[in-house]
Amino acid sequence: MAKLDRVAGLPQRRFALPERFRAVGQTYGALAVLLLLVLYNLVFTPSFRTLAALNLNLTQVATTVIVATGMTLVIATGGIDLSVGSLMAIAGALAPMLFSRNLPLFNIPVLGTVLAWLVPIGVAGLFGLFNGMLVTTFRIQPIIATLILYVGGRGIAQVATSGNIQNFKNPAFQVIGLARPLGIPVQVILMLVIVAIAAWVMRATIFGRYVLAIGGNEPAARLAGVPVARIKRMVYVISGLLAGLAGLIVIAINSSSDANRVGLGMELDAIAAVAVGGTPLTGGRATIGGTLIGALIIQLIRSTLLSKGVPFAVAQIVIAGIILLAVYVQRQRKV
Amino acid sequence: MAQSEPLLLMEGITKTFPGVLALQGASLRVGRGEVHALVGQNGAGKSTMIKILTGAYRRDAGSIIFDGQAVDFQSPQQAQSQGVSTIYQEVNLVPFRSVSENIFMGREPRRFGLIDWRRMNAEASTILERFGIRVDVTQPLLQLNVAVQQMVAIARAVSFRSKLVIMDEPTSSLDEREVATLFDVIRQLKQEGVSVIFVSHRLDELYAVCDRVTIMRDGQTVDDKPMAGITKLELVARMLGKELGEVRRLGTTGFVTATHQAKQELLTAHGLQSGHKLHGVDLDVRAGEIVGLAGLLGSGRTEVARAIFGADPIDAGEIQMDGAEVVFKSPADAINAGIGFCSEDRKTEGIIPYMSVRENLTLALLPVLARNGIVARDKQQAIVEQFIKRLGIKTAGPDQKIRELSGGNQQKVLLARWLCLNPRLLILDEPTRGIDVGAKGEIQSLINELAEGGLGVLMISSELEELTEGCDRVVVLRDGQAVAELAHADLSEDAIMTAMAHGAESTTDQQVGRHGEA
Amino acid sequence: MATIPSSTAGSATPAAPEARIGSMLQRQGALIALVVLTCIGALRYNGFISTYNIVELLRYNAMFGLIALGMTFVIMTGGIDLSVGAVAALASVIAALLSPYGATVAVGAAVGTGLLIGLFNGWVITRFNIAPFITTLAMLLGARGAALLLAKNAAVSVDTAGGYVEIGLNGVLGIPFPVIMLLVAYVLGSIVLNYTRFGRHVLAIGGNEDAARLMGLPVDRIKLGVYALSGGLAALAGAILAALTYTGIPTEGLGWELTAIAAVVVGGTLLTGGIGSVGTTFVGVLLLGLIINMLSFENLSAYWQSVIRGVFLLLVVVLQNQLSGKRKAAA
Repeated sequence: MAKLDRVAGLPQRRFALPERFRAVGQTYGALAVLLLLVLYNLVFTPSFRTLAALNLNLTQVATTVIVATGMTLVIATGGIDLSVGSLMAIAGALAPMLFSRNLPLFNIPVLGTVLAWLVPIGVAGLFGLFNGMLVTTFRIQPIIATLILYVGGRGIAQVATSGNIQNFKNPAFQVIGLARPLGIPVQVILMLVIVAIAAWVMRATIFGRYVLAIGGNEPAARLAGVPVARIKRMVYVISGLLAGLAGLIVIAINSSSDANRVGLGMELDAIAAVAVGGTPLTGGRATIGGTLIGALIIQLIRSTLLSKGVPFAVAQIVIAGIILLAVYVQRQRKV
Repeated sequence: MAQSEPLLLMEGITKTFPGVLALQGASLRVGRGEVHALVGQNGAGKSTMIKILTGAYRRDAGSIIFDGQAVDFQSPQQAQSQGVSTIYQEVNLVPFRSVSENIFMGREPRRFGLIDWRRMNAEASTILERFGIRVDVTQPLLQLNVAVQQMVAIARAVSFRSKLVIMDEPTSSLDEREVATLFDVIRQLKQEGVSVIFVSHRLDELYAVCDRVTIMRDGQTVDDKPMAGITKLELVARMLGKELGEVRRLGTTGFVTATHQAKQELLTAHGLQSGHKLHGVDLDVRAGEIVGLAGLLGSGRTEVARAIFGADPIDAGEIQMDGAEVVFKSPADAINAGIGFCSEDRKTEGIIPYMSVRENLTLALLPVLARNGIVARDKQQAIVEQFIKRLGIKTAGPDQKIRELSGGNQQKVLLARWLCLNPRLLILDEPTRGIDVGAKGEIQSLINELAEGGLGVLMISSELEELTEGCDRVVVLRDGQAVAELAHADLSEDAIMTAMAHGAESTTDQQVGRHGEA
Repeated sequence: MATIPSSTAGSATPAAPEARIGSMLQRQGALIALVVLTCIGALRYNGFISTYNIVELLRYNAMFGLIALGMTFVIMTGGIDLSVGAVAALASVIAALLSPYGATVAVGAAVGTGLLIGLFNGWVITRFNIAPFITTLAMLLGARGAALLLAKNAAVSVDTAGGYVEIGLNGVLGIPFPVIMLLVAYVLGSIVLNYTRFGRHVLAIGGNEDAARLMGLPVDRIKLGVYALSGGLAALAGAILAALTYTGIPTEGLGWELTAIAAVVVGGTLLTGGIGSVGTTFVGVLLLGLIINMLSFENLSAYWQSVIRGVFLLLVVVLQNQLSGKRKAAA
């Protein structure tokens, strides 16, 4: 976590010692596991030492981390967002429809590309707002409220594309998934920037404290003047926006958009990353850095096992065990 | 009650938790058919003692003899099967399930392996009728009021043929009449030879129903006396470990009995109506005075506070601040207008358990502390340190999680949450409930001090002493209406009780009240 | 209550009539919708009320119905089981692999595996106190991995000679076996819930787990039971899947867990536990199935299915919430 603070340019703070240990301790275990994994691979997996391998791992994990960051915020308020995979599909389905049909505005070179990024992300954000409205205005449990778009959202993307795969070649648009400034994949940069901003927001702003207060004790937060409904709507919107961005990255990498597949199962990957990272699903506490670490652990275990010739299926089983173990260990530490 | 062999004899009970010596050779002796009071400040070891008896905790040393046998219960269930039942403060039943299911849960009568609903319902009715309670036992428990739910819990306990029933603050959510019903039940149990251990902070209740009292302090048993052999003041003195004269001089609350210099009109509420809880409440608070809000449970006290604070919508009526009408759509609006509200239930509506003392203390102040949404840490830290010192909050530091603090210190943090806003009006809902006597006095004198500094205080309390000693005026509510306003000169416990029960003007129309206050 | 003399303190005020209608609507909303949709279907489409269509509807939904039944019990304890889709896939693979040894062995092994997986879920949840959501999420990944491993990443054909496919084809009195299993399971489920201690204790745990513990109920054992039940029924659904499709498909069952949860919720079971009914889940399953059935009559693209399901879920949930909100206010 200390590293993240420096990324965000925060000044060092005075912490009471025990609290500092405990706060860091939440992610310490996960961090240690991550370092061990990296070390192991550096020593025993020759191919891991190449920049290409690093980039590959980071590229594969970037979309999960981006979505999981939004998920962390939602979970911190005591909610959950099952719709992220479907929202990725919606954004992914919408973008090619915008830039490949020669629509007005979208055919202007730079502006068109920017719009082709922003409009689908915005639409995903609006769907996030829909989730937020269900949770706040209609007081529907988050798991049910977002189940609605989980079920219906992918259908919307499928109906819009008639279930067809949209293949495209649009270098300007695909910058979002294929560019490599300074040799670093652009989505990795996006991921780090988003994680850094989110970690800073949770620590330094009112919004972050309100999110934790709502997850910790909603009636109390409301009586203390916290605008509960607005903050909740915001976290679902943020989750939607980030899911939209992740959807665009996925289709940009693939040069095609398949509404049946984009973001499939992402909700569970993201929740797993959050849980392994040490954010309890009950709300009130959150660690964005932990979520990044959690996603990296899952990714590294998977790639390590696969590179050792272990079948994908076995890797899945191992990851399942890791999730349980991580949650169990953190449960112990908390008590 | 001859000094024959007691039903329960606990001796030399010692229990340590990591870093804390919770019990140190404590003892407890309960006779057969005896109603035994167990008192002590919070942290004195009462609940640890009870948990050791019922098997919820393991003891480190000491012996327990129950009904002539040395016992060592492994779990509350085992204790129950041997005749020791516990009624907890919060009703520990299943609200969605029927009354009869709640009584028979775990040993439902069966025929051919399937539950015999008819027999279960009939037997449940019979058991409840013994206590003079007639209800439809097939309805879900949640449709009954808290007192009846409490009775169902007792009926369940008794139906196990208990020899000893432990009641841990059973009256904390009951109104006066319900308490009377409970006492009838306790006397009935006593007649049947069942012993009762009665834990309560309300001294009057102990004298009303108990035979003997055991007083605990700092993990030790300091006294065991017949109830008739000890005065209220002596009892308090023993609990606090102070000299009698000291207690007498200070009174039992931390208030100084003196009227404050009331200044200009601050808040006026007129004809407040909200849902089916409030049917027209008028009250006003001036700067620098403490106005009490009294009434039985369900009379609408908390609802008045919530309506004023914008936490519940108002259907009719108006609220004025400084003579101008205001409409609060949410607590945030009320806070902006200079009002603070310390809610009744610290755990569910006050503290954010996993956040630090610092964040809890400044939660309402954040908009002031922030610029462009970014919290100014230095300012925040300075304010927190200032209030920790000023209110004497005992904490390892601003970064300690609030859940680790004692009840009294949590309450001080919550008070500080509002005081740091420099409010003009503070609404306090049961500010000293569930807080040990020492912290209680401190909080009461703080309230007093604040009012002298010009703060308007609206204080809800069930403790008559707090109202008579602390308030300049008391508004009494009944069935969602303000039925009386007692000026300081007219304040007495009798006057408040009369108004709560009958209203101010007439004392004969006690049956005319509105029904349906579920 | 303050003015009521203590001797009658127990008399509860009767609920207002509007509240009662509201609660009826809330409980039976799904049933009413089912009746309305059936009427519309009967008027609009030829062959909608035919035996063939009804049997097909039930046969197709038998799998979802069984899974939703197990899910109902889990949800009533306040838990959730996300692993059911993966368990069904795993069971379909096991059944297909063992189909040469006859239907009994194949189904027995599949269901046995499901029971064991459910027991494992329950053991992790109770012994290590890990949230059901996380535990069964991990099991989802694990069971899916196991299915892929056993199937060697490809669909496994059922041995048509072993008599296994008869399960999907044959039946009694023209009622296919899957439909019989579905109906029997729901009748038994309803009896268990309403007339056995296990059923009542399931509801008690979901209503107030601490109280249930203090009342001496074997909370952990009951939880083990519901997760085992859920795993077993999911595996049975997987066995049916293999019989209907002649294949064991390790990648099938994606998202079934959420469909099952949707059916349970549409039926009116509280997701927080403590309140629920087996019958209404059945209605929920039929309702979601009927919508797809009607779409096939409308010749709408299959992609509309999930959109319409989503809209339907939205309507039911919003309606239920409004009604229950009113009921709470009136109580």
